[in-house]
Amino acid sequence: MAGAALLGRLTWLAAEVVDAVQETPRVRTLVLEADGWDGHRAGQHVDVRLTAEDGYQAERSYSIASAPGEPLAVTVEELEDGEVSPYLVSEAHEGDRFEIRGPIGGYFVWDGSGEPPVLLIAGGSGVVPLMSMIRHRARTGSRTPTRLLYSSRSYEDVIYRAELDEPADGLEVFQTLTRSQPPGWAGYARRIDAEMLGEVAWPAAEEPRVFVCGSTRFVDTAADGLVGMGYPPQSIRTERFGATG
Amino acid sequence: MRVDEMRLDGNAIGGLLIELFGTDLTGSMGVCASCGARGHVATLDVYVHAPGVVGRCRSCGAVMIRIVRSETRTWLDLSGTRTIEIADAAALE
Amino acid sequence: MSIISRGFRGRGHEGPPDRVPPGQYLTDDFPVLSAGPTPHTPLTEWTFTVTGGSEPVSWTWDEFRELPSEEVTKDIHCVTKWSKLDTAWHGVSVDTLLDAVEHDAAFVMAFCDGGYTTNLPLEDVTDGKAWVAYTYQGEPLDPEHGGPARLLVPHLYFWKSAKWVRSLDLRDEDEPGFWESNGYHIRGDPWLEQRYWGD
Repeated sequence: MAGAALLGRLTWLAAEVVDAVQETPRVRTLVLEADGWDGHRAGQHVDVRLTAEDGYQAERSYSIASAPGEPLAVTVEELEDGEVSPYLVSEAHEGDRFEIRGPIGGYFVWDGSGEPPVLLIAGGSGVVPLMSMIRHRARTGSRTPTRLLYSSRSYEDVIYRAELDEPADGLEVFQTLTRSQPPGWAGYARRIDAEMLGEVAWPAAEEPRVFVCGSTRFVDTAADGLVGMGYPPQSIRTERFGATG
Repeated sequence: MRVDEMRLDGNAIGGLLIELFGTDLTGSMGVCASCGARGHVATLDVYVHAPGVVGRCRSCGAVMIRIVRSETRTWLDLSGTRTIEIADAAALE
Repeated sequence: MSIISRGFRGRGHEGPPDRVPPGQYLTDDFPVLSAGPTPHTPLTEWTFTVTGGSEPVSWTWDEFRELPSEEVTKDIHCVTKWSKLDTAWHGVSVDTLLDAVEHDAAFVMAFCDGGYTTNLPLEDVTDGKAWVAYTYQGEPLDPEHGGPARLLVPHLYFWKSAKWVRSLDLRDEDEPGFWESNGYHIRGDPWLEQRYWGD
């Protein structure tokens, strides 16, 4: 049963890259096959472990981009002085293997359903676990009113751009590009702030559920802004991504 | 890496906690032994760029959990956590 | 038995064995490690104190900067396995600080802004082995690296070089500090690979 793997001991599984999709210049999705993988819930992540020939090991966490039921896929952003991400984004190809364990996470998960509306706020690669939620919502035919507010540096950096240009019924997508915008850009053009949240977020009275993911600073700014709008802190679930990869 | 980016949260040690406790703790509630604040383990301020892992209370900053691992041993200090409430498997589904 | 990932390599490199202790690799950058938020004590409020002697002695920032100081170039070794050669610091020798106090202590405990502590035997911080440093590579020490001032004890693992140090407490008994009480070795000599309890 998908989700039962949430509990219990984790073991490292051998994962093989079966497909790779370049999402943006620095971001790639790897589709993986792993014997013993038991499925996941939308919002969860895997730990990835690489071992070099001399025995050196490095481990990082990456959010699962695929919806439960789809082939397991992780989306990775290559960070400049990263140790694992440059390997996953620029080196690894089909047939390459590394270790994963998971799925991990019992807090930052959404099964795509429920009556109260849902607000998803993503900063950069923070969109990955939220995309798993969005895909799961679409696959299950959920009618939960959902909004995504997604902040990226530029148009070229928008991950899953084509997919987000055709959102499923009941999903509204709001985007902001913080560094540069293409001609004719109709979205926001600045870092998220209280005013933007006031325009995009559901009124607090509708008791929305919120998931925010991105860098620490992004997440704290968004969460503080929503609390300022009257959102109870417990209604906001957050996941901070580190800047190391 | 900018220093403010080094403050992560309990999600970042989700896998480690499953290794140590046999269950996902990110959705569990922890009570700070210093100030009594109650919050999800996922909302601890977690520092992983250190000789060990340090999880601090988001309310008062006190250390709630410290984990050091060698190749063969793990040291765990939970003295800064008064209680952790772990929900049953069934309740989480 | 872990799976080897084709084409993956660690970033560190080997160095001359007489300068790189066992189990360490060389790094070109200067990793920032922290167990908590970076403190920001204004220099107008900053003091350095030695306690546990006949009476406490304290210096303000201005007074501290007037103490005899020196350039120090040393190799440093972090227990997380990176080593960095020829790091250049400027600061006050701990000998100078302890000379201001009458004492017969055998150990010191360093206390820092943010609550970090680390313990050392007196002989590991005297006779030109330790400093309170406020300059790194000719620039004022960055807060993320321990500024305004940090302890510098390069012959031991770098967790002993406590960032944001504010006082040294002289003691008769050795008591473990923040990491020493949670698995790390009480002394931490990298050449004996004293990383953890019982090593």
